Amino acid sequence: MYAFSFHQPETLEEAKRLFGESDDPRYLSGGHTLLPSMKLRLATPSDLIELNAIESLKGISIEGDNVVVGAGTRHGDVAQSADVLAAIPALADLAGMIGDFQVRNRGTLGGSIANADPAADYPAAIVGLNATVKTDRREIAADDYFTDLFETALEEDEIVTAVSFPTPVRAAYMKFPNPASRYAIVGVFVAETAGGIRVAVTGAGASVFRVVEMEAALTVNFAPEAVADILIPDDDLNSDIHAANDYRAHLVTVMAKRAVEKALG
Amino acid sequence: MTITVSMTVNGEERSGTCEERTLLVTFLRETLRLTGTHVGCDTSQCGACVVHVDGESVKSCTMLTVQAEGRNVTTIEGVADGDTLHPMQQAFHENHGLQCGYCTPGMIMSALDLIKHNPDPTEREIREHLEGNLCRCTGYHNIVKSIRAAADKMATGA
Ligand SMILES: Cc1cc2nc3c(=O)[nH]c(=O)nc-3n(C[C@H](O)[C@H](O)[C@H](O)COP(=O)(O)OP(=O)(O)OC[C@H]3O[C@@H](n4cnc5c(N)ncnc54)[C@H](O)[C@@H]3O)c2cc1C
Ligand code: FES
Ligand code: FES
Repeated sequence: MYAFSFHQPETLEEAKRLFGESDDPRYLSGGHTLLPSMKLRLATPSDLIELNAIESLKGISIEGDNVVVGAGTRHGDVAQSADVLAAIPALADLAGMIGDFQVRNRGTLGGSIANADPAADYPAAIVGLNATVKTDRREIAADDYFTDLFETALEEDEIVTAVSFPTPVRAAYMKFPNPASRYAIVGVFVAETAGGIRVAVTGAGASVFRVVEMEAALTVNFAPEAVADILIPDDDLNSDIHAANDYRAHLVTVMAKRAVEKALG
Repeated sequence: MTITVSMTVNGEERSGTCEERTLLVTFLRETLRLTGTHVGCDTSQCGACVVHVDGESVKSCTMLTVQAEGRNVTTIEGVADGDTLHPMQQAFHENHGLQCGYCTPGMIMSALDLIKHNPDPTEREIREHLEGNLCRCTGYHNIVKSIRAAADKMATGA
């Protein structure tokens, strides 16, 4: 790991000021993506601006029909939160499937969605539940937030502060994990929300995407059979040593079916 | 830049100098000479480096030393009571829960965090909890057996 300067601001304003004054700065939350990349010298920031001392980024609250999770909330805390378990058990379930126990003790929601790994789990919940990403300057709708491979709508110095998840009628997440890393080879989040049925897929493409054909079929009949024969085109899907694109397409159908089954309890 | 950090390690106030980029595991091993904590990978996946920070298990290869400033760190060296092994260590010994021993400190620190949250884990829960701890030797069976045995012993306080 190359040398850098470390900063620990206590307010968002200070964090942004430090960001503006540095050569090649990066924010740091749980460090479970950034530090491994720095060890491999894939990332070489001049300054690390740690956000963990900023109290306003922490915690989980219920606001009307929404569960608002602070960007600095760790995966393990989401998995065990009584509020999340009561309102959106599928979200707690998803958080509890991320990586391993120690990863969940450090990794955060904000870090995960700022990084936007194509195989990360949270993007499926954000898009599946039609959540709103809150930042230090605006609110971004789920469908506008993830733009491409490791790309989001965030500006360079923008800080994710929280995510507001609307409570669904029912929802579930199923993933086929990579047996070594636990990242999703394919993960499917199915939700019946106030605005209709949503099916969001992570791991299969460059970035999370919805399957409108499955959404339409589930609107007519919310049952596993409804999606069992829907196979998505595999042309643009990821193909790597872990799984070929046609296999991923197949897994989307299987995981969607299982997610519907799980959502029905 | 050289910085000075202070933290409580295994109940003692310790301080030392390192760089901002120094990983906690490097500080523990090379500055404090607590070499029981191991490094088995470059990718934060193996768990050989697991220690407790403020009572929670973390991978010390994926945390900066400056982030442990003022915190309470426990390593494998802080687990036994003098010459008396901790029931978890004793259980690994009795159940052949290690072969080369490389993964063992991390396994034990991780297992202790499990028992804290779940004093009576099922075999499945133990296996799931060990997702982040890799062992190249044992095939895990005896590790799981050791942790189960330790849970029994710790429950009866024996
Ligand atoms: C062994 C291992 C297994 C894993 N398995 C999984 C898995 O199964 N599923 C999964 O989804 N993830 C997995 N992860 C990734 C893990 O969830 C990370 O914690 C997460 O992706 C990044 O969160 P972080 O808080 O650690 O972010 P950091 O590493 O601190 O930061 C990541 C990026 O986000 C930026 N950033 C951080 N916080 C903010 C913010 N509030 N606003 C704007 N930008 C910010 C940083 O500048 C950096 O570019 C795994 C990681 C490891 C090491
Ligand atoms: S050395 Fe820390 S996880 Fe491998
Ligand atoms: S005993 Fe050798 S790696 Fe586990």
